[in-house]
Amino acid sequence: MLEIKNLHARIVDDGTEIIRGLNLTVKAGEVAAIMGPNGSGKSTLSYILAGREDYEVTEGDILYNDQSILEMDPAERATAGIFLAFQYPMEIPGVATMEFLKVAMNEQRKARGEEPLKVPEFLKRVKEAAALLNMDMNMLKRPLNVGFSGGEKKRAEILQMKLLEPKLCVLDETDSGLDIDALKIVADGVNALRSPERAIVVITHYQRLLEHIVPDSVHVLYKGQVIKSGDKSLALDLETNGYAGVIGEAA
Amino acid sequence: MNMHAQPQRTLAETALIDAFGERLSLLPGDGAVMVKRDDAIEAIKHGLPTRRVESWHYTDLRRLLTSVPAFEAEVVAKALDPVLDGSAVLPVLNGVSNAKLPEIEGVTVQRLSEKLTDGSVAPGLDPYGADDAIGALNTAFVADGYFVDIADGTELEKPIELQNLQSGGQAHVRLLTRVGAGAKAIIVERQAGEASEGSDALISSVSQLVLDEGAEVTWLIVQEQPDTATHLAQFKAQVGKDAKLTLFVMNAGGKLVRQEVVVRTTGEGADFKLRGINLLAGDTHTDTTMVLDHTVPHTTSTEVMRNVVTGKARGVFQGRINVHQYAQKTNAKMACNTLLLSDDGEFSTKPELEIFADDVVCGHGATVTEIDHDHLFYLMARGIDEKTARGLLVKAFVAEVIEELDDEGIVEALEARLDGWFLTHG
Repeated sequence: MLEIKNLHARIVDDGTEIIRGLNLTVKAGEVAAIMGPNGSGKSTLSYILAGREDYEVTEGDILYNDQSILEMDPAERATAGIFLAFQYPMEIPGVATMEFLKVAMNEQRKARGEEPLKVPEFLKRVKEAAALLNMDMNMLKRPLNVGFSGGEKKRAEILQMKLLEPKLCVLDETDSGLDIDALKIVADGVNALRSPERAIVVITHYQRLLEHIVPDSVHVLYKGQVIKSGDKSLALDLETNGYAGVIGEAA
Repeated sequence: MNMHAQPQRTLAETALIDAFGERLSLLPGDGAVMVKRDDAIEAIKHGLPTRRVESWHYTDLRRLLTSVPAFEAEVVAKALDPVLDGSAVLPVLNGVSNAKLPEIEGVTVQRLSEKLTDGSVAPGLDPYGADDAIGALNTAFVADGYFVDIADGTELEKPIELQNLQSGGQAHVRLLTRVGAGAKAIIVERQAGEASEGSDALISSVSQLVLDEGAEVTWLIVQEQPDTATHLAQFKAQVGKDAKLTLFVMNAGGKLVRQEVVVRTTGEGADFKLRGINLLAGDTHTDTTMVLDHTVPHTTSTEVMRNVVTGKARGVFQGRINVHQYAQKTNAKMACNTLLLSDDGEFSTKPELEIFADDVVCGHGATVTEIDHDHLFYLMARGIDEKTARGLLVKAFVAEVIEELDDEGIVEALEARLDGWFLTHG
């Protein structure tokens, strides 16, 4: 489903190269964890997948269902089924959360040639998803993410993911800022989305989240490259021995 | 109004002075009113204000007012459905009060032409200062409007909508309102018109509002003139003891617009809120100028302006807060934020605080920004195309001010006006 080939990318503003020859393949139905120390390029990778303009791909390619996505803008990528759950979801004053959800769902439907959702059907879907994530509907009457706690923002991201039904989910440090109860709720929400047609990329610093979202594969990112891949035991190994060993092996 | 006589009159100045001679016999008013009219035209004879007059620095009226249309329009404007459902509508159509006067309990409505004829409104016709060109123009030519008196203790169930509508030509209108002690009202001031071939319009409109002790008023100015209209408007209010006035101003049209807001807090505990949005498009000029006087102790005010500038539009906000010597414990905050969406547009902001008391809290801030790219990325990352996402963000920027009005009916109605504007200008 996702094939990243020899990807090189830099920050547009100052030309700093962050991703330096990254290769990664994630199949449909797979949950892939990307781990790595701070500054290894994890978040940058997630932004590049979503199409943020602050980064420029200088070499290599990203194939999604065998098609290059490099020329697609963020909205086109989202409509094609790519979803990024942000590490730091934006607060957008003045945009009501419900209005935003409705526009996003219907814009994606429109792009796929589907009819817009009728209001009762829309409300039903939101209520179901909110109940699953233990979210108060009153929260969704507020402006988007404004005044939400860290945990509420992360839940709101998973709520959006559930409603938009993407094919490729990229979760950027979804565990950061969550207490253990919230972590379980969010993880349950993600696990409910696991399916043979869907790939999930979990970017995380710690092994903690992977106890709840058990990955099929684990990839260690360091200095903009995947330096080691393995199964879930690799994550446990990292937890016990830190990144130093793996980095040393690769060097 | 100008310190120096102009060397030569402009076409517009000449046209106004000539029109006064022609109209004089048709204008209502007793002797006292006629004296005020003479004084006013004398002021105009000294010349319209230029950029050398400080309060007109960003709106050089003498240069910008290039022509003055004939008085009569070919067709007469028609009354509109009110902004807020169920409002009692008082229309002024091409300068003439036209309603069958509604019967609302506790409310007395009179045509202003009658109040001019009997001279009872003469004392209020004085301009408020030497630079008050709008007041002078209006006093010279005002022919009609309404006088609305809301009796003490009356809580209006339905809003009142004062409509000043034109279809070209000139209209000079005054809308006077007294809200009695403890009374509550929602009042819409609708300023709009129809554009047709050759239908240039010149409108002067002066609203005067007095809030007696403990009165609470939400006054909504909805200005949606066509781009053939020059709209010169003034809103003057006195906010009495423990009275609360919320003024909302939406400028969403007009070729040359100046909306002045002149407010005095006259009793302790008075509170004034100004919330304004300017939606500016095309090759237009829109000026909102506020002069707020805190004259007594323990009064509060907040002013928030949000402006969206597209095309070649030029916008101005001047906000002057005067805190008088004895007005201790005044609390006043002013903010003016502009979203500049075009390289050819511009917005000028001039906040001024003049404080003569020593125990007050006053502040102001102004920003000019573009659309936040992080916000745009976030919305697009959810599949919302760029144009729609930008539209959402621009609307959000101004909708925030509307939502502060905290009344579901008002918020919905104003957001509908907003959507209408974005449909035609987005």
